[in-house]
Amino acid sequence: MSEVLLRTPLYEEHLALGGRMVPFAGWEMPVQYSGIIEEHRAVRERVGIFDVSHMAEFRLFGFGVSEALQRIVTNDVDKIGQLGSAMYTLMCDEDGGIIDDLIVYHTGDLEYMVVGNAANRGTDWDWITEHLPDTVEAVDESDRTALIAVQGPRALAVIRELAQPGFEAPPRFSIAEATLGGTPVLVARTGYTGEDGVEIVCHVSNAVGIWRALLSFQEVTPCGLGARDTLRLEMGYALYGTDMDRGVDPISAGLGWTVSLQKGDFIGREAIARIKEAGPVRKLVGLDVPDGVPRHGYAVLHDGVEVGKVASGTFSPTLGHGIGTAYVPTALAVPGTELSVALRRKHATATVVRPPFVTRTSLSAVSS
Amino acid sequence: MYPADLRYDKEHEWVKVDGDVATIGISDFAQEQLGEVVYVDLPSVGDPVTRGESFGEIESVKSVSELFAPVSGEVVEVNPELQDTPEVINQDSYGVGWMIKVKMSDPGELDELMTAKDYESFVAQEA
Repeated sequence: MSEVLLRTPLYEEHLALGGRMVPFAGWEMPVQYSGIIEEHRAVRERVGIFDVSHMAEFRLFGFGVSEALQRIVTNDVDKIGQLGSAMYTLMCDEDGGIIDDLIVYHTGDLEYMVVGNAANRGTDWDWITEHLPDTVEAVDESDRTALIAVQGPRALAVIRELAQPGFEAPPRFSIAEATLGGTPVLVARTGYTGEDGVEIVCHVSNAVGIWRALLSFQEVTPCGLGARDTLRLEMGYALYGTDMDRGVDPISAGLGWTVSLQKGDFIGREAIARIKEAGPVRKLVGLDVPDGVPRHGYAVLHDGVEVGKVASGTFSPTLGHGIGTAYVPTALAVPGTELSVALRRKHATATVVRPPFVTRTSLSAVSS
Repeated sequence: MYPADLRYDKEHEWVKVDGDVATIGISDFAQEQLGEVVYVDLPSVGDPVTRGESFGEIESVKSVSELFAPVSGEVVEVNPELQDTPEVINQDSYGVGWMIKVKMSDPGELDELMTAKDYESFVAQEA
């Protein structure tokens, strides 16, 4: 199978930095530069930057846009009534199957920006536009939009240095206009690492300038998708396509908190309410594996009987051992339950835990 | 990068011969490809190993790979450092990152391994 891979505006930068490029969701992306553990630590201790320009950005605007979004997503759009606020949400089909997980930003009067997974760009676009009334306009801005995540306890200090005088970082889960190194951008106080930080939204033509300006700081480390994955899994953040997909509902995926059943009708509401009422048959749990590394697809066993498969799995650089997630029967989803994972040569003990696996981060300091 | 006194196989292991004992590890190219090593699973002293067959596993953050024996024989020593500090394989794969020592049952197998020069061109094709 030969597939033409897409490249972000930072492709040449990645090569120049010695990034190891791999195919990901139809894009050619850096999996690592100096090493996953090193990059992971840079984010937990200082600042790491990630090219996430492959992600999809849609802008929706017009009369009735809030009401239309309210029907499309599971979370309550009224929560982001204030301009500049944002929320994490799911978008489901009529059966409650998860089409994608999204961040919705209230970017303007009668206007929202929706950021979705790169692999789901086409599906998301079709689904959203099919469900919009004529009064609402949708624009796929992905091709002209670059996204750079700046994450870590020192991230805001770096952004402040680069920003216009008097810049104040938007509060957590908010977005604001800013000028970075003279370039107009949007700065969103969001991320996927569990650290404090921002995601910079800019025009593709400005991505290289901003990337280089960030790297001019000694304390900033370029990070690839490898570290992005270990960082997000330590926090128990779900990954679309691995921890959830169209075949799973939000309740089973442990994402019931992103569903507002009381907000009124929305696509998938009935199905999700039914599952919540009856209780899910299987649930996504965290697995702590002190002696081995669980990997996607490995069997999960209880008393020697297979009860599920590893969804996400990796070595946690912070904990120094394996962590993962798996869908298991609800009776076995209780924290403390002893399961095992079939590694290639042996079975390793896996204890059911409630993520996050790593609790003390710069973000937990901000949130509390 | 590929010491001349070692022999190499296509699975990127190296062999250093001292009498009838072969010290075995993985090449610098292999450790570079793997990335940071987090676990190594090795046989015990006394275990047999067979040329071309798996004698263990090496695991990085991203992936897990088999280790293949470049020669046959019996394990006489296992690097004790690798249990707690497998990352030394990244730092010095030809020195402190060695894996096992094998008392060879058929030293003739050495002839089937590559010289440093041959291995270098082999790697150039793989990369």
